[in-house]
Amino acid sequence: MNTDRTPRVALVAAALVVILAGAMLIAAMLGPYPATPGEALSAILRIGGPPHGPIDTILFQIRLPRVLAALAVGAALAAAGASYQTLFRNPLVSPDILGVSAGAGFGAVLGILLSLPVLGIQALGFATGLATVFVVYGLARALRSQNEILVLVLAGIVVGALAGAGISLVKVLADPYNQLPAITFWLLGSLSGIKPSDVQIVVPLVIVGLVPLVALRWRIGVMSLGDDEAKALGVNVRLVRGVVIVAATLITATAVSVSGVIGWIGLVVPHMARLLVGPRYDRVLPVSLLMGGAFLVLIDTVARTAARIEIPLGLLTAILGAPVFVWLLARGRRMWS
Amino acid sequence: MLEARALSIGYGARLVASGIDLALARGEVLCLLGPNGAGKTTLFKTLLGLIPARGGEVRLGGQAIDTLTRTEMARAMAYVPQAQAMEFAYTVLDLVLMGRTAHLGPFAAPRAVDRERARAALADLGILALADSDANRISGGQRQLCLVARALAQDAPLLVMDEPTASLDLGNRLLVLERVRALREQGYGVVFSTHDPDQAHELATRVAVIADGRLAAYGSPGETLTGEMLSSVYGVAVMVERTPSGRAVVVSSPRR
Repeated sequence: MNTDRTPRVALVAAALVVILAGAMLIAAMLGPYPATPGEALSAILRIGGPPHGPIDTILFQIRLPRVLAALAVGAALAAAGASYQTLFRNPLVSPDILGVSAGAGFGAVLGILLSLPVLGIQALGFATGLATVFVVYGLARALRSQNEILVLVLAGIVVGALAGAGISLVKVLADPYNQLPAITFWLLGSLSGIKPSDVQIVVPLVIVGLVPLVALRWRIGVMSLGDDEAKALGVNVRLVRGVVIVAATLITATAVSVSGVIGWIGLVVPHMARLLVGPRYDRVLPVSLLMGGAFLVLIDTVARTAARIEIPLGLLTAILGAPVFVWLLARGRRMWS
Repeated sequence: MLEARALSIGYGARLVASGIDLALARGEVLCLLGPNGAGKTTLFKTLLGLIPARGGEVRLGGQAIDTLTRTEMARAMAYVPQAQAMEFAYTVLDLVLMGRTAHLGPFAAPRAVDRERARAALADLGILALADSDANRISGGQRQLCLVARALAQDAPLLVMDEPTASLDLGNRLLVLERVRALREQGYGVVFSTHDPDQAHELATRVAVIADGRLAAYGSPGETLTGEMLSSVYGVAVMVERTPSGRAVVVSSPRR
């Protein structure tokens, strides 16, 4: 493949910005009370200000917070996936590789079982998600293997499985008429309960997690050559790895704690980004952010408008993600062979 | 200037070799020989600061390497690993561009000037035409040269090459060796490991042989790589002969 990818990256990024803007506009227009493009655009531009009429109230209170949350969650999951795939030199890992999703899921369902308020459920999910990764990382360090990454991933699988067992236990203990459906629906992923206050927590936390990933983008990419080569090229491997794990975990746990478990985005979107702009992390990261954000904004719009009931997001991303991933495997094998 | 003083090398609790004293200056080629498992790669990793010394010390430009940062080390010494397929399909240019990392600020990405340096390194090795090729889809020799180019782009005066000719066919092997010779003439200091004593005879200004947990021989190729020494280190009967053109080659001894 003989291509200089530099001009193409700018083109792809510009196209994705347009797609994302279009997706947000469409998402703001559609719903039980449709808005015209003008109303939606004017509301988007005035968000945070006083509402000018009932449609503004709906947009400000319900629809736009949900669009922003979808944008943040989609971008976060895609960025975390791109980061872990580069760091672990494995295109098949996803944001939940270190047990984050299962850990955060356990905390959140426990919160539902204990009948905590929504904010409590999110906080508990966030805390257990982070705690899981610290346990995984501590376990991997305690085992002191030559192959740090393999041990880390295996520890993630083990602890994640344990958290999965915890989730099952909570389900068994839960009230089958009230709590169990809530738990099940939450585990399938949904943004239906999003409030403006959620967005005020989620967006800043995702941005805080993204800053070090963007800042260290070049060194993170060099890490994909393996520890020895990265060190010999001048990278402080231990520091960069620590920063990536903490930052990617922070944004994953943040996303999972508000949206529930939404699979596939963190796995598939970075693949599509690499297909468009090649494997360099400093290019894959921004493209993944835009693509993941636009993708979830569109998916969430389908989830809330396509049927009379809310379709769980995890269901839609799986239906779309699985065949796309197979297609990517068939077509893009050279990306990692 | 790279120096090892009374160096002991090993992994974890396992001591691989000890009592190693070496030095490499600019314009020199130090060739490292030794049987499989003798510790050549372990020694390289210790010299590069990738694993800690078990004893003694490695000094780079007069300073102990454990007092240097990764960036400082990378500006003084570049590593050319054995070429392997990578998980991600970087272009040759992007791969060489990674050699610029030690010259970038911690939060920076390469700029036009770095791309120019990378292209110059590729041109230096005669593979600029491959710049936009997928680094996983070029020949083994080209990929090895690509890693050498990355080391050149690193602008470090010392190059550490781990078996640069292993698994290369004859043509590619000769190509890589010719480039190593050119680098020596340009004033780079090169340390490389090999299984082929003939390469050492041809290229090295100094030879180090690691065997049986120690530095078995260290000196000029002529005085180090004798039939007797090679026979004892590798456990086979060999002798060194001169070709009519004056080159030294290692051949198996006739059975007595």
